[in-house]
Amino acid sequence: MDHKTVVETTINGERMEFLCEPRQSLLEVLRDVLGMTGSKEGCLTGDCGACSVILDGRAMCSCLMLGVEAAGHKIETVEGLAQGSKLHPLQQKFLENASLQCGICTPGFLMSAKALLDHNPHPTEAEIRYALAGNLCRCTGYDKIVHAVLEASKAGASKAA
Amino acid sequence: MAATTEGTRQFRVIGTRPIRHDGVEKVTGAARYGADYAFPGMLFGRVLRSPHAHAIIKSIKIDKALKLAGVKAIVTAADLPELPDKIEQGGELPINLHHLSCNILARGKAMYDGHAVAAVAATSPHIAEEALRLIEVDYEVLPPMMTVEDAMAPGAAILLPALRNKEDGPDKQTNVAAHVQFKRGDVKDGFAKADHVIERTFKTAMVHQGYIEPHNAVGIYNSDGHATIYCSTQGSFVVRSLSAAVLGIPEGKIRVVPAEIGGGFGGKTTIYLEPLSVLLSQKTGHPVKMTMNRAEVLRATGPTSGGTIRCKMGATKDGKIVAAEIWMAYEAGGFPGSPVPMGAMCIVAPYDIPNIVIDAYDVVVNRPKTAAYRAPGATNAAFASETIVNELAEKCGIDQCDFRILNGAHEGTPQTAGPPYKRIGMIETVEAIKNSPHYKSKLEGKNRGRGVATGFWFNIGFQSSAMVNIHNDGTASVVTGSVDIGGSRASMAIITAEVLGLDVNDVRPLIADTDSIGYTDVTGGSRTTVATGLAVYEAAQDAVRQLKERAAKLWEKKPEEVEFSNGLLSSKSNGVKPMSIKDIVPRLGRTGGPITGRATVNARGVGPAFASTCVDVEVDPDTGKVTILRATIAQDAGKAVHPSYVEGQMQGGTVQGLGWALNEEYFYDAKGVLRNSGLLDYRMPTCLDLPMIETCIVEVPAPGHPIGSRGVGEVSIVPPPAAVANAIANAVGVRMTELPMSPGRVLKAILHKEGASVASAAAD
Repeated sequence: MDHKTVVETTINGERMEFLCEPRQSLLEVLRDVLGMTGSKEGCLTGDCGACSVILDGRAMCSCLMLGVEAAGHKIETVEGLAQGSKLHPLQQKFLENASLQCGICTPGFLMSAKALLDHNPHPTEAEIRYALAGNLCRCTGYDKIVHAVLEASKAGASKAA
Repeated sequence: MAATTEGTRQFRVIGTRPIRHDGVEKVTGAARYGADYAFPGMLFGRVLRSPHAHAIIKSIKIDKALKLAGVKAIVTAADLPELPDKIEQGGELPINLHHLSCNILARGKAMYDGHAVAAVAATSPHIAEEALRLIEVDYEVLPPMMTVEDAMAPGAAILLPALRNKEDGPDKQTNVAAHVQFKRGDVKDGFAKADHVIERTFKTAMVHQGYIEPHNAVGIYNSDGHATIYCSTQGSFVVRSLSAAVLGIPEGKIRVVPAEIGGGFGGKTTIYLEPLSVLLSQKTGHPVKMTMNRAEVLRATGPTSGGTIRCKMGATKDGKIVAAEIWMAYEAGGFPGSPVPMGAMCIVAPYDIPNIVIDAYDVVVNRPKTAAYRAPGATNAAFASETIVNELAEKCGIDQCDFRILNGAHEGTPQTAGPPYKRIGMIETVEAIKNSPHYKSKLEGKNRGRGVATGFWFNIGFQSSAMVNIHNDGTASVVTGSVDIGGSRASMAIITAEVLGLDVNDVRPLIADTDSIGYTDVTGGSRTTVATGLAVYEAAQDAVRQLKERAAKLWEKKPEEVEFSNGLLSSKSNGVKPMSIKDIVPRLGRTGGPITGRATVNARGVGPAFASTCVDVEVDPDTGKVTILRATIAQDAGKAVHPSYVEGQMQGGTVQGLGWALNEEYFYDAKGVLRNSGLLDYRMPTCLDLPMIETCIVEVPAPGHPIGSRGVGEVSIVPPPAAVANAIANAVGVRMTELPMSPGRVLKAILHKEGASVASAAAD
């Protein structure tokens, strides 16, 4: 068994500590060590974005990062998007616009979209499509996802707003 | 978006757009998909796969791997019963259990790169992965047959020594598993009447459903012989019956609990990991979780067939199609069962053609065993026929929409197989495109073109069960066995709420496991809203009937005197205060007990689906890259229960079709090894590749269905490749006959055309 390390980090605003092997990705740590299964595995090569989290304000594929690399950083996952039982405007707009069908890509899209709106509160459709190009959806054809992000930005979803 | 509605009933809830009942769980990451399950003492399983496309497996040595610390069990085909090599009824569909079992774990022969050879259970997925490397397999590598042409050629290496087809008889070894033919009229006669005849040969590539969630299963075998499987599947009852067959245990010993599913499109209507997880659990005494990685999904789970189609169609100068002659061969993969029969039945289905002959061949090749992919077989077929339809329209000088309307199938038109069409909306979908803002707009600019195509899909009915429980507070729950892959549970709640006169948020939809609900066929075949919706409708009506009986008891009247309307029970003969469900619920106990409505159906008379799609493209003449400028789809939904999710099916299928048209294909090298087994090089559309997808829901109600709904899940994928090819022809004057129309192929066609015109200019 590979020697396990203690890692201290901040996840969704909470200080957290976990034990992991060096070979475990952050995605594996979130899902299998911490039981936070909201981030999904789709490809393990950073091509689908289903594992997207926000690392120090930047959208990141958690499958491309090791658990041990999380030490000292701030990580946001889909589990931390809502404020208690109050949904984030992005979550609300996804529901209102029927922007999900099977829903497996939804956590990744929400995190990528949040990272976008936190930096660019009023993106154009083209800017949205560019920022979300790293998230694959096979069900929706993206139309209703883009609409939801446009509406969320109008509803003042950006933390910078 | 605009809808053409034809004389449908006025509904209160059906046709509205409530937020889906499982929405909050899905947007907060709380929803549990198959890979999200964990159990105490759980082990992790992984599969060893053949690196060869075609090989005899001479021996498998597992002793070194078993010695690795953390490895608890290893299984091969020797641990599974040998099943008969013949067609049996697997639910509704015929299935060869021997082939199914061999696909789960290879028996004696590896049939494709990625074919499962052994499975390991260990205390961590990493240890299981290490163990795979320690299993020693002795292969005798054989030449791979990778295309239908290779496999059908005389002297081709035989893939399955025991395979025979009816035509060639019991003594001839072959790679052709089946030949089906459909005929109507006399094509010789038909072509003689034609003023214009076009004949072309088309090639399409193998493509994958591309669901974002890889396959998964958690198998828990109890020492009392009962097993539970948690998995993401489109059909929990199929998982039960097929896993039981492969394991050689009675069906009733397996309970399948469907998790949420991250996409399927037909690819999750069969089994891969499920029986292995149970087998490993049996060997180890622990729950065993198995997942595939993306490379495994692409290498070893059913994509859909590529193949070759020779299509010849003739029309008179006034634009009537008089004859169609088609030869088509599809790749079945390592075991028989391509969707070529369906392709054959769909290929000219949108039209009223008096003379046809279609010969279709199912051919085994050293590729993964194909599985259903959204309207299986139809998209390849439409690529061929719908581009020829446009060429004929051009020759006749008729607009591409008008030509389709002129020849459009309608009520009474014969189908290729089966009875004549009942009331259908094919022509209405073409008219909707013709009248759309998109089609009416002018397309300006160099190298830009517009193309239209029409697609058909049968839709299936099959069996579903449903229960509606009335709760003590006057709300209800509706329970079905139909896995929700695209928002269908909201539609079940909508239908229940409509019948019971409740608010849609007072109805909770649930999806039950195989012990808790009656038999239900797969979520696929565009059947869920229609067939399970029918069961739900009837179960809710059954609850209403019981409510009326209770009211009758309380009012001392006959049940026939009780009415139920707008959520209120009242008496036709008056004299009683009307009661809502909330009012009567406290009195159910003393009038007989709680109320559960139930119904089971084998849905008949299901209406087929048509969709017409219009695409505008811009072709870059220097790179061959095709950009989609605008796309509109018009589809006949009969009656849209939840229009947002109907639009979702239309948009999603359109985009899969665009990927199929422009980029997606399997690249195999000369050894038959898959070279693009990842999502970077198996290139699916991203949101940056696309515009908004405009939708027009056409509503020509399906006769005989209480709501009038038609299945909507599949047909949207059928027209896009042909629509794009027609648009490219309109843009730069080249006819593409091979999919995908990737930049290299389009550029080659442009240069070839330029070269030909340069050559002919030089010759003058």
